[in-house]
Amino acid sequence: MQYQIIENTPIAPGVFLLDLAGDTSMVKAPGQFCQIRIPGFYLRRPISLCDWDENGMTLIYKAVGQGTDALSRMEIGGMLDILNGLGNGYDLSNAGAHPLVIGGGAGVPPLYALAKALIAQGAEPIVCLGFNKAEEVFLLDSFEDLDVPVLLATVDGSAGQKGFVTDALPEGYDSFFACGPLPMLQAVYKTCKTAGQLSLEERMACGFGACMGCTIQTRNGPKRVCKDGPVFRKEELTW
Amino acid sequence: MVNLSVDLCGLKLENPVIPASGCFGYGKEFSQFYDISCLGSFSFKGTTLEPRFGNPTPRIAETPGGMLNAVGLQNPGVRHVIAHELPEMKTYFHKPVIANVSGFSVEEYVETCRLLDAEEQVGILEVNISCPNVHGGGMAFGTRADCAAEVAKAVRAVTKKPVFVKLSPNVTDIVSIAKACEDAGADGLSLINTLLGMRVDLKTKKPVLANGMGGLSGPAVFPVALRMVYQVYRAVKIPLMGMGGVSCARDVIEMMLCGATAVQVGAANLVNPYACKEIVEQLPEEMEKLGIRSLQEIIGGAAA
Repeated sequence: MQYQIIENTPIAPGVFLLDLAGDTSMVKAPGQFCQIRIPGFYLRRPISLCDWDENGMTLIYKAVGQGTDALSRMEIGGMLDILNGLGNGYDLSNAGAHPLVIGGGAGVPPLYALAKALIAQGAEPIVCLGFNKAEEVFLLDSFEDLDVPVLLATVDGSAGQKGFVTDALPEGYDSFFACGPLPMLQAVYKTCKTAGQLSLEERMACGFGACMGCTIQTRNGPKRVCKDGPVFRKEELTW
Repeated sequence: MVNLSVDLCGLKLENPVIPASGCFGYGKEFSQFYDISCLGSFSFKGTTLEPRFGNPTPRIAETPGGMLNAVGLQNPGVRHVIAHELPEMKTYFHKPVIANVSGFSVEEYVETCRLLDAEEQVGILEVNISCPNVHGGGMAFGTRADCAAEVAKAVRAVTKKPVFVKLSPNVTDIVSIAKACEDAGADGLSLINTLLGMRVDLKTKKPVLANGMGGLSGPAVFPVALRMVYQVYRAVKIPLMGMGGVSCARDVIEMMLCGATAVQVGAANLVNPYACKEIVEQLPEEMEKLGIRSLQEIIGGAAA
């Protein structure tokens, strides 16, 4: 499927916001991702959706290697070949009235669409975001514009509370939804006692369940992060 | 009208395009993208006697013009495949499929093939000899002509189905191994498996793959695959399935000119889930452009 680049601009050091116009009818849930073909690179790059509507979608990605670096240099008006609507996404059915939404660094973007969806179903999410330092913070305004409590933590204390996002978690929530680097997810897994869902990341090739490149071991046997995930229930994980 | 059909060991294929093992699962994910009945056949995920989790992640690395994988033969084991995957496959693919079999001892190959022999849906057994022989010091079966022949002979004895031995390219002389398999009774040969390679992460200064090394596939290996198919075609009389970096209809034709009766498509499926469908659709137009009336007639044309 072809998508046109509407915007591709830095919003924090090495972090870019990519607005795309194109078909999003296959996107079913927040936490799903797409696979972008970048000219000159063999494998597609998996990037989760930050937000979408019937006309297109917003992605926020970190330039972490040559592929995403090349993506960040692509110009407005250019076309991208994308496989969209991949992965399971978050299941919002048992979120409860006060779900915790916990994000760290490059894992924050998909939580924006998640928070919106939770609000739309009448829940009052509490958003907890963690970054390394003030200059790396992004999307904070967008979350605050949703009119829900937003707690911020930075490792060096240059914005919000000093420490990891898990140090900033409030009491009294019904469920949690997390996305972020592995150490953060593992800390969330140990800290949060309610039911919860965590979005994992793995190097993958196809992104749609064929190559077995991203398999992890779970309590229900081997699972593909791209197809059976990327979102897993806490009780499925073996940490 | 051009004719795409080929005869592979008595199996009449509508066209020579076959997704390669390990790049197509059991076909289910692809059947959600398109009706896979347009394919000649497909070779399903490599199957071992017992379930295997495979290697730790990362299992995938990118390379110029291709990719490395070290999945490590993750599969649910042959009994699960027979009880669950084959019946499910029947609901979305109605032609004979190719069962790709791996093993770590001759006995394991034999037992897995014996179990699959009873399955009507399986048209061909494709025996992957790139696995290490646990009783033979860990050397891959496919790196020694006598070991390769031993597997071919043992498997041939327990099945009525055509046996294709899938050859490893990581050898000094693929032709001698191909001949040994032919002499041992193999009905055909599949080549090439992936080329052993590696990448290093410059940030961690460690191999990208958790396994250290992995198999290279994708367009980068296409000329190597062509060369090996060409060499083997000239040395044996049994039919070949050619594979390695095939990405488009023109590649299929090139592979057939080097001697392949059927052509498998691997990594291309992973970057474009429609790759095989597009190849099947492109073939008639490419054939017409090139003045080819029948694919069966061009097999080995460049190797004569």
